[in-house]
Amino acid sequence: MSATQIELERIERVFHLGDSEVHALRGLNLCINAGEYVAVMGPSGSGKSTLLNLLGLLDRPNTGVYRLEGRDVTTLSPDEQARVRSQRIGFVFQSFHLVPRLTAAENIALPMVLAGLPAAQRAERVTQALKDYGLEHRADHKPDELSGGQRQRVAIARATIMRPAMILADEPTGNLDRATGEEVIRLLEGLNASGVTLIMVTHDNALGARAKRQLLMQDGGVLADQLQTATPPAEAA
Amino acid sequence: MRALDLIRFAREAATGNPLRAGLLVLAMGIGVAAVVVLTALGDGARRYVMNEFSSLGSNLVIVLPGRSQTGGFSPGNAITNTTRDLTIADAQALLTASAVKRVAPLTIGTSEISAGGKLREVMVAGTVSQYAQVRQMAMAQGRFLADGDWGRGANEAVIGAKVRQDIFGTGPALGQLVRIGDRRFRIVGVLATAGQGLTLNTDELVLVPVSLAQAMFNTNTLFRIMIEAHDRSAIETAKKQVADILQTRHDGEQDVTVITQDAVLSTFDRLLGALTLGVAGIAAISLGVAGILVMNVMLVSVSQRTSEIGLLKALGATQAGIRMIFLTEAAMLSVTGALLGYLLGQTAAALIRLMYPTFPAYAPNWAVLAGLSTALVTGIVFGMLPARRAAALDPVQALSKR
Repeated sequence: MSATQIELERIERVFHLGDSEVHALRGLNLCINAGEYVAVMGPSGSGKSTLLNLLGLLDRPNTGVYRLEGRDVTTLSPDEQARVRSQRIGFVFQSFHLVPRLTAAENIALPMVLAGLPAAQRAERVTQALKDYGLEHRADHKPDELSGGQRQRVAIARATIMRPAMILADEPTGNLDRATGEEVIRLLEGLNASGVTLIMVTHDNALGARAKRQLLMQDGGVLADQLQTATPPAEAA
Repeated sequence: MRALDLIRFAREAATGNPLRAGLLVLAMGIGVAAVVVLTALGDGARRYVMNEFSSLGSNLVIVLPGRSQTGGFSPGNAITNTTRDLTIADAQALLTASAVKRVAPLTIGTSEISAGGKLREVMVAGTVSQYAQVRQMAMAQGRFLADGDWGRGANEAVIGAKVRQDIFGTGPALGQLVRIGDRRFRIVGVLATAGQGLTLNTDELVLVPVSLAQAMFNTNTLFRIMIEAHDRSAIETAKKQVADILQTRHDGEQDVTVITQDAVLSTFDRLLGALTLGVAGIAAISLGVAGILVMNVMLVSVSQRTSEIGLLKALGATQAGIRMIFLTEAAMLSVTGALLGYLLGQTAAALIRLMYPTFPAYAPNWAVLAGLSTALVTGIVFGMLPARRAAALDPVQALSKR
């Protein structure tokens, strides 16, 4: 469980906004082991989301090396990156990003459909996932017929359906009230407990404090990297 | 992504916006329907004309008085430009030609027919007994004109089905005496109904011996000479022999026109075939317009579904996968539209046939195939640009768009 899963080396990411250059990430070095629970925190514009996009292979660094499970993924072709996303990475978004015309079950099955898994296997996994996330009676409902908490549960079920090695969550509770947010976080922590790496971007200090490791970012670099040995729930840092 | 999943996904995406999908299907449908209906009309016209000319008779060579083609300057033209008329003697002389099987002179005029207090105007054709075979006419009752000397004829007449109906109603017609012009004729036969033709309508025709008709109209000329060649291969020989004989008889002057049925047929065939092709081309323009609509609608779809595309990328869809999703959707909408248009067009063609039973408005197979494949190809070609645009979207930006 302690093998190095993610290795970032001198990552630079520069955006061009008109004439000015914005250094979203500068000289970032980072190691994350398999099974870690990392909260990425920091003010707006500190590079949290850019980091998450890079980790999820949705974005490429201008310079630097990103090794995922020992393999340099920055030089992969877009289609090879797509395969890595499909097999190794699960995304959970703040605004859920469910396809509105598909039912809950179909949304959960979407990554498997894209990966071309056989229908029988898909049906089996979806049934299991619906049960695991308490969505059995919501399987045929469209996203607009679901509550916020249910939507995020569908999204988490979708993120885990391909049994990825890591979950990248971008403000997963940002659009939820406190109670449902708590419920969603417990689900994610449960996944982490079963061995999946959990990397979560959050504004919420209380939420961040529950993570075993806090990454405080500022101006495209890591300001503080705290390892917390104490188990949650903990007070705000 | 598996083909079945691809199709289902594209179908759900298409039906997710029924108005958009409906309009696209309609545009494609109208395009294909236009091709089917217009070519059905064009080809129907061609078939109609071909049928009409075929019903003239088989292996037919027709002689018309006067020269219709311009053949440049000839000494004959310089001396005189009044054409000699065709006469019964001319027609008789043609019987000597080896390739000629039957000859029937024809003179035409209008007169009145009356019997039992009823009177109507009719077209009177003066001819001989061979005319029935040359024109392949069927009798409903009685017999055709008797064989005999062309210069003399018995006072007998054969009438068309409509004339019989008008003059005798349901009563018997055979053996009755009628007055045509200032002469009395005995009805010896009634023609079978042949329907409306491009040429003479035989249902409203009265046939009498040619000599009596000439006397009635106070002329000694002929309107046509109808000639039947021995067989199909003899048509060209017969045409040449007929032209030679008449040139000799007319003091070496080519003052008649000899046409063959084949020549007329192939001319009309070419002419109306080109017409069909032309209307098909015009209809194809509407398919091109539909293709541009496909592109427009798919581009709107891509921009409306930007965040979905970003999501699909995050979930592991490849660029090729996303292209396929949008291409499948475009192709599926086009095919649906094409099939709808096909059904619409065939229904319209069937309606035309129902309303005008004599008009064979069938869309030719090549036009149907061309219409359907053009619809599919334009759908895919014009779907290409939007699909590529979707596949090339940056996932981060696409995801952040609401």
